[in-house]
Amino acid sequence: MSDTSSLQTMIFGKLSLEAFPLHEPIVVATFAVVALGGIALVGALTWFRLWGYLWREWFTSVDHKKIGIMYMVLGLVMLLRGFADAIMMRLQQAMAFGGSEGYLNAHHYDQIFTAHGVIMIFFVAMPMVTGLMNYVVPLQIGARDVSFPFLNNFSFWMTTAGAVLVMFSLFVGEFAQTGWLAYPPLSGISYSPGVGVDYYIWALQIAGVGTTLSGINLICTIVKLRAPGMTMMKMPVFTWTSLCTNVLIVATFPVLTAVLALLTLDRYVGTNFFTNDFGGNPMMYVNLIWIWGHPEVYILILPAFGIFSEVASTFSGKRLFGYTSMVYATVVITILSYLVWLHHFFTMGSGASVNSFFGITTMIISIPTGAKIFNWLFTMYRGRIRFEAPMMWTIAFMLTFVIGGMTGVLLAVPPADFVLHNSLFLVAHFHNVIIGGVLYGLFAGMVYWWPKAFGFRLHPLLGKFSFWFWVIGFWLAFMPLYVLGLMGVTRRMRVFDDPSLQIWFWIAGFGAFLILLGIIAFLLQIAYSIWKRDELRDLTGDPWNGRTLEWATSSPPPAYNFAFTPVVHDNDAWTDMKRRGYQRPLGGFKPIHMPSNTGTGVVIAGLSIMLGFALIWHIWWLAAAGFAAIIAVTIAHTFNYHRDFHIPEEEVRRTEDERTRVLAGTGA
Amino acid sequence: MASQTLSAGTEPPVFHLKEEPHHPEGSSTALGFWIYLMSDCLIFAILFAVYAVLGGNYAAGPAPKDLFDLNLVALNTAMLLFSSITYGFAMLAMAKGRVGGTLAWLGLTGLFGLAFIGIELYEFAHLIHLGATPQRSAFLSAFFALVGTHGLHVSFGILWLVTLMVQVKRYGLIAANRRRIACLSMFWHFLDVIWIGVFTFVYLMGMLR
Amino acid sequence: MSADSHVAHDHHGHDAHAVAEAHGSLRDYVIGFVLSVVLTAIPFWLVMSGAIENKQVTAFIVMGLAVVQIVVHMVYFLHMNGKVEGGWTMMALVFTLIVVVITLAGSLWVMYHLNTNMMPMQEMSPRG
Repeated sequence: MSDTSSLQTMIFGKLSLEAFPLHEPIVVATFAVVALGGIALVGALTWFRLWGYLWREWFTSVDHKKIGIMYMVLGLVMLLRGFADAIMMRLQQAMAFGGSEGYLNAHHYDQIFTAHGVIMIFFVAMPMVTGLMNYVVPLQIGARDVSFPFLNNFSFWMTTAGAVLVMFSLFVGEFAQTGWLAYPPLSGISYSPGVGVDYYIWALQIAGVGTTLSGINLICTIVKLRAPGMTMMKMPVFTWTSLCTNVLIVATFPVLTAVLALLTLDRYVGTNFFTNDFGGNPMMYVNLIWIWGHPEVYILILPAFGIFSEVASTFSGKRLFGYTSMVYATVVITILSYLVWLHHFFTMGSGASVNSFFGITTMIISIPTGAKIFNWLFTMYRGRIRFEAPMMWTIAFMLTFVIGGMTGVLLAVPPADFVLHNSLFLVAHFHNVIIGGVLYGLFAGMVYWWPKAFGFRLHPLLGKFSFWFWVIGFWLAFMPLYVLGLMGVTRRMRVFDDPSLQIWFWIAGFGAFLILLGIIAFLLQIAYSIWKRDELRDLTGDPWNGRTLEWATSSPPPAYNFAFTPVVHDNDAWTDMKRRGYQRPLGGFKPIHMPSNTGTGVVIAGLSIMLGFALIWHIWWLAAAGFAAIIAVTIAHTFNYHRDFHIPEEEVRRTEDERTRVLAGTGA
Repeated sequence: MASQTLSAGTEPPVFHLKEEPHHPEGSSTALGFWIYLMSDCLIFAILFAVYAVLGGNYAAGPAPKDLFDLNLVALNTAMLLFSSITYGFAMLAMAKGRVGGTLAWLGLTGLFGLAFIGIELYEFAHLIHLGATPQRSAFLSAFFALVGTHGLHVSFGILWLVTLMVQVKRYGLIAANRRRIACLSMFWHFLDVIWIGVFTFVYLMGMLR
Repeated sequence: MSADSHVAHDHHGHDAHAVAEAHGSLRDYVIGFVLSVVLTAIPFWLVMSGAIENKQVTAFIVMGLAVVQIVVHMVYFLHMNGKVEGGWTMMALVFTLIVVVITLAGSLWVMYHLNTNMMPMQEMSPRG
């Protein structure tokens, strides 16, 4: 029998029928739903003959606008998965008292909280932030596209590939049970011998390639492709925060790449970086992963700050207060974010001098953020405020995020952190700032730029439902966690002994339920708005009386963005143009040089999924084949020197004439 | 078309460029590649940090003094340094538009690179033969990771170099190929800079401990 | 083919600025090479011959010469200066160096303190 089993191992690696979790009814039921939904989707696409359209117009597109939208779709889909994990945890924690084990065993529960964190950070927040920056920045700086359009497409597909691997782990094998940062020794091969941590590693490494390349892309775009007259200090604030975010990405993701690679070596080759013996030091992993981890959260929040700046000024009808100090605050935050990382492990025992240093730097970094809050308030002061959804999200952010920030400063005090580290207080704090800051920013940005991207606004009433469910739901879901944390309850617990705690978990569970309603309202809002899009049309391209250049284009903009590159004279370039009576050019169009679509990104990302899957399951021949194929496709791609075309002058004229006609109809 | 304001008097401000902006194809490439190199620099920085922290953990096994052959390392260093100057000569030939000269110097660079890799592989094989495997101790894990990652980068560089030579042979020194040669030049010299760090902090300091 | 080389020549003029490759920088490469050889030979000789008694001093000299050689590479091989790409490559390099220094110094400081505060361990013995 050893012959067949070694043959089986050679062909299939560790993969066997046991990899399918047929004994977990929840997973089986999930698979049934996903499979049915998937078949329905594939069937519908086939029935309506949409594959060609999808491939040509979307999957192979190098247009930053299409790529931006695809990122948002990825983020929204993964939000549903990540939130499902959250609801399951809330349910379990509300139930598991008085001897009850709840409905989730430890093996399952540990995967759920790990997956929840990994998905929300890497496959919801990062893609959505990247998607918005991708869509908006080239338009805001008056450019036709990003510096490296093919790399842009490739980055999107690599991120998607990572998400696909995480989804695979639900049905084939298992996911990591280590928490979202996978500390060794638990994540080492001795204590996590299964494939879970390997899924984690390869999903993040593949997605990380996409993220890093996207960072390089957007930095070059902002540095090199700004419209004439747009000096650095005339850039919109969202572009500034995007620049700083992408600098952070390029200067910090390599750290994650290296650390995960070392963990990979420990698991696959038996090295001793983070083991407990032979000279390894698991604390070095914690140290390095947080050198990445802290800048990472600033990568998430800075674009949101940029969105709030745009929204606050637009919906107050006023220039942003303190532009210069906003820029300086953003740059200072960027640099300081590298000096605080130890506050994530005060309790690991580095001693008073080290803890004091990092405690102080952590408190200092809250100051520029405070300056920003004041600038937004002063922007609103004496403005003519319109309470559209983006503005409501901004106000909710200011109230919510500030609380979260204050609890952060509380945690920054090392003696306090010795009590609160890894308690539910910490969990409440970071959800407070991520939901109140990043997510509300993403919602504000989505509603704000939706008409630009799709040509019609989102229906306001459903948006208000979504807003109130989210805001009230958030408070009910997380305030009890502050109380529980102060009472000493640890995070990631599956079962509890103290019955007096249960009421707080019920309140939190109810809050999560309200958030669920908020998400449903949001999805309904999208569906309803698409259905009623003719009534919600934006014909002028400028539905909010915007201030920056993206509002100078039609909604949606043409493929080439601007028929003529704008010339900028002042901050809030579009407001300046409107005020000085600018006229749209009606003639003199030229053919426009554009990059061509390509399928190479999809292919390489697909091969990466194959490579990742093979490495996870130790199917070495498949891994070698996948690796060789990736190299071959990449080299072949470089032999294609003709990746561009020109949009003919007549087509530009036709598009612009159509816009002239539409604008005339609106009496603009 | 310049915009026109209705008010008389001051010259109306120009809000649009009549011609395409001066962003020729490939104008972002050099900066983009440099920024990528900076990110690569950070990966090496982490590997250096790990070596700095764990490099003294011999786990009662062999230490640098027992393992490092500085003559071999000096030879390796020479190979890489020669490859840097030959690449420089390739860039000069490219500036003069000489395809043959460029290819010759690139080829020589590749040979020096292969010599470097060959010597390094020989060194690794010898260490493993002595029982100084990556699994033996954290010091050795860190050593193989740092030096091995550098070697992997050089190997990828050689693969890229061969591809470029084929492309120059086939298409000549067109603008796209020149950009690529310039990018590989940056990559190659950057790897030599990293090697300065390696031979100093790993080999020389290792022997001084 | 002539059109190509014409274009190549034009773009060469542009690319020349893009990567600051100047004509007649044969001098630069040769100077850089000679300096690098010297700056490599001295540290190797110092360590291999043990010419300086004090290992600390040797270490400092070796490290210092490494830094000098890195600068030589940057200037003579990578043509680094503050004017290339509008100063952005220099800024990127400086920022990267700052992050590298923080990472290295910070990690060493933190890990030293963590290790010092660890409970006393048993003598390391190789596992089977």
